[in-house]
Amino acid sequence: MAERVVITGLGIVCPLGHDVETVWEAMLAGKSGLATTTIFDASTFPSTFCGEVKNYDFAKHTNNPELHMHGNRGTRFVIGAAVQACRQAGIDVETDQPRDNIERERLGIYLGAGEGSVKSDVFFGAIVKAWDADKNEMDWRKWTEVAQSGMEPMHELEQEPNMPAAHVAMLTGARGPTRSCLTACAASTHAIAAATEMLRRGDADVMIAGGAHSMIHPLGVTGFNRLTALSTRNESPETALRPFSASRDGFVIGEGAAIVVLESLSSAKKRGVEILAEVIGYGSSSDAFRVTDMHEEGRGAIAAIRLALADAGIAPSEVDYISTHGTGTAENDSIETKAIKAVFGENAGRIPASSVKSMLGHLIGAAGVAELITCVMAIRDNIVPPTINLDDPDPDLDLDYVPNEARPMQVNIAVNESFGFGGQNNVVIIKRHQGY
Amino acid sequence: MVITGLGAISPLGMNIAQTWEGLCDGRCGIDRTTAFDPSGFSCKLAGQAPDFKIQSFLPKTLRKAVKLMSRDIELAVVAANEAFSVSGLVTRGIDPDNVNVDPTRVAINLGAGLISCDLVELAPAVAASAPDGKFDIRRWGNVGLELVTPLWLLKYLPNMLACHIGIIHDIQGPSNTITCAEVSAFLAISEAAAVVARGDSDIAVAGGAEAKVNPIVMFRQCLLNRATSQNNDDPASACRPFDADAGGAVFGEGSGMVVLESLRNAQERGARIYAEVAGYGHSNNICSAYEHLEPDGKGVRIAIDKAMADADISPEEIDLIIPHGMGIAADDLAEARGIEGALGKAVKDAVVFPTKSMLSCTGAASGALDVVAAVCAMSDEMIPAAKNCEKKADGCNLNIATESQRKKVRYALCCGYTYGGQTAAIVLKNVTG
Repeated sequence: MAERVVITGLGIVCPLGHDVETVWEAMLAGKSGLATTTIFDASTFPSTFCGEVKNYDFAKHTNNPELHMHGNRGTRFVIGAAVQACRQAGIDVETDQPRDNIERERLGIYLGAGEGSVKSDVFFGAIVKAWDADKNEMDWRKWTEVAQSGMEPMHELEQEPNMPAAHVAMLTGARGPTRSCLTACAASTHAIAAATEMLRRGDADVMIAGGAHSMIHPLGVTGFNRLTALSTRNESPETALRPFSASRDGFVIGEGAAIVVLESLSSAKKRGVEILAEVIGYGSSSDAFRVTDMHEEGRGAIAAIRLALADAGIAPSEVDYISTHGTGTAENDSIETKAIKAVFGENAGRIPASSVKSMLGHLIGAAGVAELITCVMAIRDNIVPPTINLDDPDPDLDLDYVPNEARPMQVNIAVNESFGFGGQNNVVIIKRHQGY
Repeated sequence: MVITGLGAISPLGMNIAQTWEGLCDGRCGIDRTTAFDPSGFSCKLAGQAPDFKIQSFLPKTLRKAVKLMSRDIELAVVAANEAFSVSGLVTRGIDPDNVNVDPTRVAINLGAGLISCDLVELAPAVAASAPDGKFDIRRWGNVGLELVTPLWLLKYLPNMLACHIGIIHDIQGPSNTITCAEVSAFLAISEAAAVVARGDSDIAVAGGAEAKVNPIVMFRQCLLNRATSQNNDDPASACRPFDADAGGAVFGEGSGMVVLESLRNAQERGARIYAEVAGYGHSNNICSAYEHLEPDGKGVRIAIDKAMADADISPEEIDLIIPHGMGIAADDLAEARGIEGALGKAVKDAVVFPTKSMLSCTGAASGALDVVAAVCAMSDEMIPAAKNCEKKADGCNLNIATESQRKKVRYALCCGYTYGGQTAAIVLKNVTG
């Protein structure tokens, strides 16, 4: 019999705040974390705003800031999120002699994490110096001269997407299985699914799982702006991200980190820690359609939701809340709605399905777990967060998206959906844990 | 869980046969870098894969996709094609009229690198944003940005390797992309094995690909002093794993792929079985100088211990070890200590065959190429000679293969690690007969 998997800790650093309670309160109040970009001068970009983490100091969360000082933004965020989640789950950090009753070889890590950002001045400056427009070629000798004086070895190393997981290992002393994946916007939901499987299989007793990402840098915004995926409502950042509305015009890049501690039920019982929810199923599929578009009928999304329901052993009618991928692009919101209808049938209109991205922005690799945390909180407090800015519903989209105001209601089972660019679909289902 | 298909593209050739022959002949795939002028780099060497036209590896209907393929994606597509061909599975990409797999029951799990963009492609847009010879971000926002090709970003997302292969071969099952640098492929193959074992798919293609022959990627390794600055005029002797004169690593490009399926599935369809994935284990390297391996190799040792336990074997049953063996003296020594710690007395008998002296370090592909090499050694009952390990480094007690030898390999162990910390080991079992 495979181990049952429960959630025993939560941590988040995102545009709405630097801890779970603050973020949750802001969401229930329908606040937006989006504002004009300050990390770099984006004033002439097609999109001049985003969801930045503000006034955050990673050093407050660690006794050893020097060890982590080269970390990229995602790494710095994940330090805060991981420390919070570990504290809640009773996992000792930054000690050689943990007293938490978890063998370090049985403590693993699985993150959906993104790359760091290049130092723009050096990156662009080196190209300017080395580009010979007449010959249409680079002078690599000149390029190395600028690179040599501007690139810093540890900053370069810290751009690697495996580094946030490495820093979590340094914080916690985890010697169990550790992976980092990057399946675009589905990455951290995949991390939860795969970590759940590792616990079921018995590869570990406890997994620190989640995501960390920041694509708020000139090349990241350039890339998404060129794909015309981003909202350009520059005059009004707070109302720009409008999932499921008729006037939606794209997503908004956010940044942050979100961590949940996953644990086998037997380990959680043995350690006597509070169980926040149980992970009862997951589903994973691919569109195999186009790198640029989702499958028109939502084939992959439908398969992932159905697989997750089957894995959880529940009927569609048992679901109380759906945390949608809900990016605010024309394509996603309409195909996701189709997929939900295809799977949930007559229950589709009845089950509230909101998008907290409307408030957080799109945390890309970290998005899925930020949203999973809101599902845990919805179960804890019996209230579902709203989709804000939904004052002109798209007439073709007719689910209950929980427009503009949080809604108190009984929530026992929540479904979290994430669909990544290129067609990876991941769905995780959690349930209220009753008693022991 | 068994391996029924293999694919490779490497500095030694376009396919499995050329790569394996090269390893057996002691050929070196490392040479002076030609992809760009390396004269300003401390390491002027690279392991470059052969040139090829990706169009010829794609179905006609998908040839437009080449514009969206970085070199990393191309390498992965080539190796995946070979792996499916060898397996006897007929996907949409192999022959759309005779498909013999259920696309919803195929999974993909790849290791991929941090793909760096093509600076030459970006340069005109950057230059247009620097009218006075100084880059101006505001000008980039309203002039340069518009000159970037609209789908530019899609070439560089690491998950696009798996996406393109998934579209070519119609893979609709679970898809994942592991981005743990040089240990990625081991993790991807292990995860794929778990996906199939659990019944989430019947078949999985798994492995890794990376093109590290890019100025930024190479320069990064030079800055970190991981790349060798020795022997720039003698490329074949430059990368020296476990050798007393090891001076650093050489980086390259390639891809390795395996097709995994359950033994029952393979037997039912009468597939040739190359090896069994008998066990795997993963851990972390933890030290403050995290660009290196911790000196006692503890993270490597734990991964190997777990892999042997998972395979339910004792160290004496391991006949071949393919180590990570970068050619970086301190890391090689730490890895040797980790291997020695896990194998105990058995370490004197297990033959160690490092591949990077010939293949270079192909990043996220390296573990997959090592798995492929181990499977070939099992199939051919042949362990090639290690290259460039003429005088073993002080303190290294591994039994390095000084000469090629005919040998039946019962179990092979592949292990790896990466800067930052993740470690992995895989045990392969010979199932001949």
